[in-house]
This record gives sequence, structure tokens and C-alpha cells, in this order.
Amino acid sequence: MIDGFLYQALVYITAAVICVPIAKRLGMGSVLGYLIAGIVIGPSVFGFIGKEGQDIMHFAEFGVVMMLFLIGLELEPAHFWKLRSRIFGLGGLQLCVTALILSAGLYYTFGFTWQAALGAGLALSKSSTAIVMQTLKEKGLHTTRAGRSAFSVLLFQDMAVIPVLALLPFLAAQPGHSSGWAQAGLLVGAVLAVVVMGRYIIAPFLRLVAAAGLRELCVAGSLLIVIATAYMMKLAGLSPALGAFVAGVVLANSEFRHELESDIEPFKGLLLGLFFIAVGASINFSLIAQQPLTILALVAAVLTVKACVLMVAGRLFKITLDQNFIFTVALSQVGEFAFVIFAFMGTLQLLPGSWIDIMMAVVALTMSTTPVFMLINERLILPRFGTRKTTEQDSNDIDVSNQVIIAGFSTFGSTVGRFLRANDIEATILDNNSEHVELLRKMGFRVFYGDATRLDILHSAGASEAKILVIAIDDQTTSCKLAATVRKHFPHLTVLSRANNNFDAYALMEHKVERVYRECLDASVRLSVDALVLLGFRRYSATRAAQKFIAYDEAAVQKLAQHRHDQKQYIHTTRQEIEMQEQLLANDRAAIHNLNDHAWESNNSDEMEKGTD
Amino acid sequence: MDKILLMLAHPRFEKSRANKALLTAVQDLPFVTVHDLYELYPDFNIDIDREHELLTQHHIIIWQYPLYMYSPPAILKQWMDLVLELGWAHGPDGNNLKGKLICNTITTGGSTESYGPKGFNNYRLEEFLRPLEQTALLCKMEWLPIFSIQGTYRHAPEHYSHYGNQYRRALQYLAEETIDLTHIRKHPSLNEWIASTEKQDKP
Repeated sequence: MIDGFLYQALVYITAAVICVPIAKRLGMGSVLGYLIAGIVIGPSVFGFIGKEGQDIMHFAEFGVVMMLFLIGLELEPAHFWKLRSRIFGLGGLQLCVTALILSAGLYYTFGFTWQAALGAGLALSKSSTAIVMQTLKEKGLHTTRAGRSAFSVLLFQDMAVIPVLALLPFLAAQPGHSSGWAQAGLLVGAVLAVVVMGRYIIAPFLRLVAAAGLRELCVAGSLLIVIATAYMMKLAGLSPALGAFVAGVVLANSEFRHELESDIEPFKGLLLGLFFIAVGASINFSLIAQQPLTILALVAAVLTVKACVLMVAGRLFKITLDQNFIFTVALSQVGEFAFVIFAFMGTLQLLPGSWIDIMMAVVALTMSTTPVFMLINERLILPRFGTRKTTEQDSNDIDVSNQVIIAGFSTFGSTVGRFLRANDIEATILDNNSEHVELLRKMGFRVFYGDATRLDILHSAGASEAKILVIAIDDQTTSCKLAATVRKHFPHLTVLSRANNNFDAYALMEHKVERVYRECLDASVRLSVDALVLLGFRRYSATRAAQKFIAYDEAAVQKLAQHRHDQKQYIHTTRQEIEMQEQLLANDRAAIHNLNDHAWESNNSDEMEKGTD
Repeated sequence: MDKILLMLAHPRFEKSRANKALLTAVQDLPFVTVHDLYELYPDFNIDIDREHELLTQHHIIIWQYPLYMYSPPAILKQWMDLVLELGWAHGPDGNNLKGKLICNTITTGGSTESYGPKGFNNYRLEEFLRPLEQTALLCKMEWLPIFSIQGTYRHAPEHYSHYGNQYRRALQYLAEETIDLTHIRKHPSLNEWIASTEKQDKP
């Protein structure tokens, strides 16, 4: 038993650890990496994990369960209300139209019964929350219009699973049979049970656990809630993911929301990875080999229908062209709930087993297309049809090249840009969010759209003529990459970079960036000055102490950066963070950077006029 | 209108004894507005409009500070450079300070005797203040004798309360009585003026 488990764990983790970094390096994103890992270890290639494919799926589904619990948690009523038009409008439109078209297609083309066609259509109209959220987050697109719209649609789909699952037994029931009502009743009852439990059992239980004051106990408690809910739903013969989603929604309003989120987050990532591997492994290539035309035609048809509907829906909701492309491609696959719905249809005998297998293969295949299409969209479609990389230069603008380039125009970069502009310095801006770009162009900024680390973009932004490059990118890896590129190709540029914390500052200093600005330093010292003043200190003395402290701290970080051992890949762990803080604190005690200096003091004994009183 | 604007310029007020005693003695007077420059502008970023408004609202301006290296602390110079604008405080149309009284309240570590041709510091205290005095004249203000505590290192706490009371009475007199400028200027310092005035008042 243990041997089996260890063997499986070994295979999965090895596959993930090898494939995912390669996939990331090739710019494919982690989801595709996991899927490929699954295909490689699955029965079709090496067969390390084989016959137990079904079991793998069950275990792997647990990642999806966690994720839906977290999504449920994010559904604060206030937030939900703000998104209502997009959730119900965009989500409802997408789901209904897609389901109708697909159902009709299945009914007429493959001769499904109308009940089976409707059930399958509804299943296929869902998209994969797991894949979409992971991919968008990885590409930093989840806060764009496309990302938020995709989230709304996914939310509606996840909610819609409840009525769909309730509906299926009715579709399956023979006239006059009562099992439909019983099944639907069971579902509604179970959902109600979760709601009631969330209110009256889980919340008091969490209060009890929290009172114990042990962090690991809170993690265990959070896991227990998810596992228990999932198990209960399973016992009732229902989807565990659905139960977790409902439990999440119920707990979204409790005081434990953020606690639960941070407790479960790390497990979610790993288990979702497992889920993607399992999807890869469960693609039945022998089935595809037997009926390649049917399956590939189905895949193509499903993707086309979904994409067209999404495109039109996005258009109706006034999403700009670039964002609409991203939105469409992101949501074009079929989601993990389709596995659940098809499995349920199998048990209800709505659809024959052979069709269920084909449908499962179709679902898995569409899932694996998304990362590829995202890549194609990003590299080939958007550069051609999307937001232009550069503005067409006005004839009187040709000779003007700005002295400052700002990479990244989020809050940090925009503050820099605004301040410079207030002082009549125009900056050229590089950003990879097409919405920012549109807005900035309207405001008259000179903006280049795209990945700032790319040499051609830097060239066209005028890096060879500029004097200063401001790196204001959120992501530190990108900042370092940009710093390295600039050092190599534009050594004349003075680089001023933002750093999130001390570790990022070190990393940047290693890339020979001399001017590093830790974003938290000035604000926290300013806050401390106010704290001292509230405690009765004189504001001027506190301000002087703060100025000295900042100078001291910057020198200390420079010094620590030099003495840091020569590790190429520096892995940032909490322990190292603590060690570094200890080092800083120890030095603090030795250095004088407080109020006790000797300014405005004098020797009392002589008459020399140097003293104050 | 006869209100007093007391501008305090002390970079390390928390360690002060003399200036603290003086301020404590007068800060509760209803006609005194205490304006603490180092506390308000720790970064020397002086709000010029606000300063103009304050100056307009008061008739008597007091610069209170410890003498350091024979001059007022840096922020007072910064204040003068920024606030006393051409066209507002001086120049043909700069009449906003015209006729206002200006007085310096100064503490020095060195004793009165050390300030003079025969003393360690060679010049009289007033002589060190020439740039301030001429600035006041440029701004068409009336320059008053200084109020001072000298030799602060040698004073015992009861001395400070004596000076504090004297300071309070001087400000009260300036604010509430009709002031004869020629009479005040006959005295070398406000300290002596208030002492002699009170002697005359008491029959």
C-alpha cells in the first residue's frame, strides 16, 4: 500500500518537476506542462500510471474541490452584487446560447435523444475554472478586463452546475417514475444541509479551533471542512466540488474568510497540478486512434461554437478587441465539471457508455488546446490584429525621443510618470496590459505595448537614445531579466528600479542595478515618524532620525548584498528572510541613527557661543 | 487685530530649558498665536500662502529662538527667504507688513558681559542681528528692542520663572496698552523696558 503510494508520488512529482519548468521556459505556461507530464506518464506513452486512471481522476479532483471552495470564499455578497450584470448577463448569455447550439448539433448530427443532447450540451458549455484562472494568473492577465469577465462567466457556470445536476435526473426519468424527484430532492437537500451546517456548525467550530491559537490546527481545521463537505456530498452521490463551492459561499461572509483562504491556497496549487496531470493521463489515445474523425471533429466543433459565442458575447458587453481575443481563447475549452456531469449521465444511463468515453476524451482534448491557443494568440494573433506595438508617429513627432523610459505602468510606474509629467518631462512607457495602453494613449502618453524584456520593443521605444530607464514592473523576475538585457545591450542607460523587498533589491544589485528603491522603505519610515510624533516626539527631530535611518538602511542593504554568498539562483525562504532581519537588527543596535547626536549642543563651561537653550 | 504671532524656531525644543520656560509662560494668553516652525515644517517645505495669511492676521510678530553660531536657526532664514516676497512684503507694492511691530526673543548660552567689545564674543548681541533688522526695515516694519535670556547655562530653575513672568507681562502690555514706540526704543531691551514701565505704574 505504502509502496504503491510512494511509487505513484514519485512518478507524479518527478514528471511535474521535469516537465513544468521546461514548459515554462518554452513560454507555454505551467498548465500545459502538467498536461504533457500527464500524457508522458500515462498509459499512452510510458504507462507508469495506467489502469488506475479512474482512481487518479478521483484523487486529483480534490484540487478542483479546493479551488471551488476558494472561489466560493471570494463570493462576498457585496462583491457579487457589484459584478451582477456581468455574471448574469455575460455568463448567462454564454451558457444558454452555447448549450442550445451544441445540444441542437448533437441532436441532429449524432442522433442523441433530446434529453441526452441537452445534458451533453450543458456539460460542454462549461469552461474550466482551473485552467483559466491558473493560466490568466500566470500571465498576469487576471486583473484585466478580459480576466475579470472570464471570472464572472466562470462563476456563473459554477453556480449553474447546481441546477444542471438537479435537472439531469428529470431528463433521465421515465414518465411517471419518481426517481427524478428523489434525486433532485436529494441534491437540494444536500445543498441546504451544507448551508445550514456552514452557518451553525462550521463557523462555531472554527471559532473553537481559532481559540486554541495554533496555526497548524487552523490549517487542519480548514482542510477538515473541505474534506468533510466533499465526503458528505460523495456519500449522497453528488459532486464534491459542488459541495465545497457552496460551503465556500456560506463561509465567505464569516470572519474566517481570509484565514481559510491563506490556509488552503498552498494545497490548492499542488493538487490542481495533480488534476492537470490526471487530465493528461486520462486522455484515451487508443480511443482517439479508433475514432479519430468523430473525436477530432467534435473537438473542433465544440471549440468553434464556444469561441464564436464568446466572441459575440464579449462584443455585446463592449470588451475591446485585444481583451476579447484573450477572453475568447481563455474560455474556449470544456471544464472539469463536464467530467462530473458526464459521469452522472452515465450512472443515470442518459447516454451510453461508449459515448461517455468519447465525450470524456473530447473534454480532455479541449482542455489541452487552451494553453496552446493562448500561446498562439499571444505570439501571432494579438501582435497582428491587436493593439499596435507603437503609435504611428506624427510627422512633427519623429525627432522627439524621450529621455526617460518607464517599464510597467501600474500604481508605482504611473506615480513616477505623473510626477515627471508635472515637471514637464515626458516619458515613454512600456506596458503589457492593453487596457492601460489604450487609456494612456488617449491621455497623450507615448506608449509601447508588449513585453519590456524584448530587445526589439526596447529598441523601438528608443532605448538607445534615452538616458534613464525606470523599472516599475510588479514582477521581480521580469525586472531582473529586463535589467540584465539593458546592461548587455544598452549599457549607457542609467537604471532606476523598484524593488518589492530586500531580497528583490539584492537580486537587482546582482544585475548591476545601482539605484534600487524598495517600495516599502519610505512609506514605513514616514509612518514611524508619525508614530513618534503621536508619542510626543518633536516632528523635526523625528524627521532627522528618519532621514538618517533611511541612509543607514540603504548602506546596510548595499553591504549585505556584497557579502552575500555567490549563489546564482537565490531561493527566497522565510528562514533566510528572518536571518537577514536578525543581521540588520544586530547592526542597528551598534549604529547610531537615532535622536542622540550632538547637533546644537555645546560645552557648558566656556563662553563660546555655540550652544542653544 | 492687536494679536501677537509668536514664531518659535528651535531645532531641539525637547532639550530646551530657557525657551520652554518662556513659551510655557505665554502660550495660554488669548491674544498669542504660537507658530512652531520646526514642528510644522520638518522638511523646510514652508507653506507660503499660509504664512502670509497668518502675518496678515497679526499686528505684532515675535521671532523666538536660541542663538546658534551667532545667528537664528536655519529655518528662520528659510522662512525669511521664502515668505518675505518682493511685491508682498517689500518693494513698491509690497505693503502687507507695513507698520507691524517685530521683536526678537533670544536665548544665548554666553552671558551679557561676553557680548561687547571687551567680551569673548567681541560684538553686542544687537550687532549680530543687523541683517534681521535691515530686513524688517525693508519690509517697512517697526523694529523693537530684543527680549533676551543670556548665560542660560548658569541659571537656576527659579530664574527661568522670573524671566517667564517678565516675558508674559511684556507681551500683555504690548497687546493691551497703547504703545509709545519712541519710549520703548529708549530702552536697550524689552526686559528693561517692562521693568521700568512697571516701576512707574506702581505709585
